[in-house]
Amino acid sequence: MTQLASLSSTLLYVAFVLYLIATAFFAGSIKSKKHTNQTGKNRWATIAITITIIGFVSQLGYFITRWIASGHAPLSNLFEFITFFGMMLIAAFIIIYFIYRAHVLGVFALPIALLIIAYSSMFPRDISPLIPALQSDWLAIHVSTVAAGEAILAISFVAGLIYLLKDVDLAKKGKQTFWLEAVLFSLVIVVGFIAATTTSQITGYESEFSHINTEGNEDVAEYHLPALVIPHQGELVTENRFASPVEMPAIVNASRLNTVIWSIMVGTVLYLLTRLIFRRSISALLQPLVRKVNLNLMDEVGYRSVLIGFPVFTLGGLVFAMIWAQIAWTRFWGWDPKEVWALITWLFYAAFLHLRLSRGWEGNRSAWLAVIGFAIIMFNLVAVNLIIAGLHSYA
Amino acid sequence: MSEITCKCGHVNPEGTELCLSCGRALTTDAEEKKTSDVMRYEGMARRSQTYNGSIIDKVWNFFSSVKVGVWLIVITLSASALGTIFPQVLFISPLEAPEVYYEERYGVAGEIYYILGFHDLYNSWWYLLLIAAIGTSIIIASLDRVIPLYKALKHQRVNRHASFMKRQRIYTEYPLYSSDTFSKIKDGLRNKRYRIREEDGNLLAEKGRFSRWGPYVNHTGLIIFLIGAMLRFVPGMYVDEVMWIREGETMAIPGTDQEYFLKSEGFTVETYDADEDKEVFGATIDRVGAIAKNFQTDAILLKREDGVAGDSSNLVEVEEHPIRVNQPFKFDNFALYQVDFRQGEFRSMSFNLVQKESGDSFGPFEIDLTQPEDEYQLDDDHRVELMGYYPDFSGFENGEPQSPSPVPNNPAFLFKLFSPEHPDGEVAFIAIQQNLEPLGENDYQLSFNGVETRDVSGLTVRKDLTLWILALGGAIFMIGVVQGAYWNHRRVWVKRTEEGGMLVSGHTNKNWFGLRKDLEAAFTNTGLEQPKDQHEQNLNKVSAGGAKEEENRDTTS
Ligand code: HEM
Repeated sequence: MTQLASLSSTLLYVAFVLYLIATAFFAGSIKSKKHTNQTGKNRWATIAITITIIGFVSQLGYFITRWIASGHAPLSNLFEFITFFGMMLIAAFIIIYFIYRAHVLGVFALPIALLIIAYSSMFPRDISPLIPALQSDWLAIHVSTVAAGEAILAISFVAGLIYLLKDVDLAKKGKQTFWLEAVLFSLVIVVGFIAATTTSQITGYESEFSHINTEGNEDVAEYHLPALVIPHQGELVTENRFASPVEMPAIVNASRLNTVIWSIMVGTVLYLLTRLIFRRSISALLQPLVRKVNLNLMDEVGYRSVLIGFPVFTLGGLVFAMIWAQIAWTRFWGWDPKEVWALITWLFYAAFLHLRLSRGWEGNRSAWLAVIGFAIIMFNLVAVNLIIAGLHSYA
Repeated sequence: MSEITCKCGHVNPEGTELCLSCGRALTTDAEEKKTSDVMRYEGMARRSQTYNGSIIDKVWNFFSSVKVGVWLIVITLSASALGTIFPQVLFISPLEAPEVYYEERYGVAGEIYYILGFHDLYNSWWYLLLIAAIGTSIIIASLDRVIPLYKALKHQRVNRHASFMKRQRIYTEYPLYSSDTFSKIKDGLRNKRYRIREEDGNLLAEKGRFSRWGPYVNHTGLIIFLIGAMLRFVPGMYVDEVMWIREGETMAIPGTDQEYFLKSEGFTVETYDADEDKEVFGATIDRVGAIAKNFQTDAILLKREDGVAGDSSNLVEVEEHPIRVNQPFKFDNFALYQVDFRQGEFRSMSFNLVQKESGDSFGPFEIDLTQPEDEYQLDDDHRVELMGYYPDFSGFENGEPQSPSPVPNNPAFLFKLFSPEHPDGEVAFIAIQQNLEPLGENDYQLSFNGVETRDVSGLTVRKDLTLWILALGGAIFMIGVVQGAYWNHRRVWVKRTEEGGMLVSGHTNKNWFGLRKDLEAAFTNTGLEQPKDQHEQNLNKVSAGGAKEEENRDTTS
């Protein structure tokens, strides 16, 4: 079983590398001279999608072997869920790719999936047993459907981003230019998080603080990055470790805040470095990739993925969620923060559809809505778990 | 009602934008509107667009506007988000007073949160009002549109006026009409599973019309769901009770009118074991410590056959069943859930009566802490009388022992000890770590001999007769969304002109890419170029950064 578990990790690693290679090929495909940048056959793109599919199969292998090794669907903690979300994103991309054959989607969808998978592996990766509340077939049914729905919706973000990169006139300083850059900047922050966490994992940095928690009791907080902020009445107990004097109130999880600060710092440095080296904003840097993009097609891909994703999300995030909640928690709805944010996501996409269908919000506006929608999904996936802990806060 | 007569002679009801027969635009207003806006409801007269006189009209028009609907949705979602900033009052421990809890923990922000009532946001009148407004809006907006839409689609004519054709997004004029080409297009579309109607060499090919009903079906589902949610407040539909049951105890199940009783055979907690369970779990167990594996109450359901309420003498065993998390025990519309537990509650204590001087010991005797007896006979000469029992002893007040609850958390006893030396008894007060002899030094004392504990299961008793309505609403909603999202309503018109030419136009409510593919397939064998998508062409004309054509399109509310 332990062997199977390590095979599983290897398969995930292989998938990661393959996605990386496939991204390069997709980038090559839109650079190629003969390329019309839309549909049709293109040798680079054929290789790229083939590698993507092999990568997907490898990740599927990770999923299945981990399932066998643990005896339950590997969807029970943040690492497993976010990894699965990344896998569904790839699956959604493959499906949309075969409908529209828009190669440029790969150039953006794959890196985002890579970022998500890398992000997930920053959380504890141990195979953990299921607590009683999670011992239900509905765990797999509900969580996998939610992830699939959110992943399909995320494709509309990818299409929207591509749309905006081409559509927004970067020469003019304005709100759109600013916010587009802000969206890309936030992706760099994620890179910053991954860089900071990986460095700490490699160097094995660790420090502990004794402190007073919200209940007024003594507690220990573990840090994996040098402490820029310390917990309420925090006292460094590990020797030779850095501790700043900045103390947080008890309700703030100082160790997590510390990680956030580090991520933003490292991300900002990375961002400033790229600006210094290339002397251009990231939007401007990416724009050549989308020069030949058919805006109309991107708009349709975006709308279509919302149309396909919305019912799937409703099924997983609301219907199955309610069924399981009725069985596990005695009531189908309980205003738990995670539930509320699923409702918010659902209402948001309902508003998106109404604006689009009845009020003609197409093109640019629709693309911005897709970006906001993805931000909401990510907020629910990341922030609600880490900041607003409710019943859903996994391990 | 004033009617509009079209140039073609057809008489249309007031408010119609496109003639129902030939498709000509009937008003200058309609002529100026974007095609997609007029086509959305087939240019039919809608109540909300036609009348605006009375109060009723105004309310109707307000709620039928999608703009209003979207605002309601956006306000609701923003409000919902507010409720997650700090925990809702139902998640904080009932022992905490909310008026201090929020301020103590979250400072001024918490205080404001509490004062504004956001700590119980989802039960606030204004939140419920928002939901009600959305419900109203859904009903009115749907009625306003579905009836005209149904009529329009039902009475479609095959042959449309050239102006109608020209206004479509997909449109091309071909110089030559030939019946050969015509039948090739027709066959091509039929192969794509279009339903074909033909009239004097004109053609209407249509597919997926049923998808137009998707939104109305899903809105119906939502309304049914909301009605189901309201029904919870009807007495008898919904039961939500908590019961704490001790191991070995039999008690009436609250909410069942004393009809059902439950006996607990025992409560178990299991944790994962690094050795017994899967080896791969070892790392996590090392990292976080013990992980719960199972919470289980073994229960027996009993039913009262006859007799009056509260009488538990005529109980008949119905079923034995374990209650576990994720595996509620269901019976007769009720379900029992394992939700909580208390371990190690005192069940009984036992004592010995000891003569201090000689050390002679009598007993032991055991006191059941939920049903103590008045007197314990130890042998012929020695007995103990229980004068007072204080299960949750908290101290003395005016010399009286206090017990704020009947739960044996900290049992204390006032005894009278009878012996041959003291036929009138000696008084002793005994609590944990406490031994008082209030009326002077005694010759006898009680010595503690042991305690037995047991677990208490916390169960939720639930009956919810609204579930099937909610499930029905949910199912209808899902069918409706899938119907509207995974299918589209596509139409293609072919018109033979008097000059011997051919006009082809196409319309779909969404997914133009799909319609173009259908047309591509239908036109491959004709030798003609497939009809053009005007939108696509316009878009290719504008350079990057200039595609702002969607500005000011908000014409249909
Ligand atoms: C949470 C609430 C709601 C949900 C989940 C919902 C869902 C939907 C969906 C999925 C569609 C189809 C959209 C598409 O296919 O692109 C739709 C269409 C529509 N909805 Fe809603 N809706 C909601 C509330 C409302 C409200 C409040 C109104 C009131 C104005 C409304 C009016 C409409 C209209 C007019 C259509 C278009 C129908 C058509 O053109 O055929 N909806 N709705």
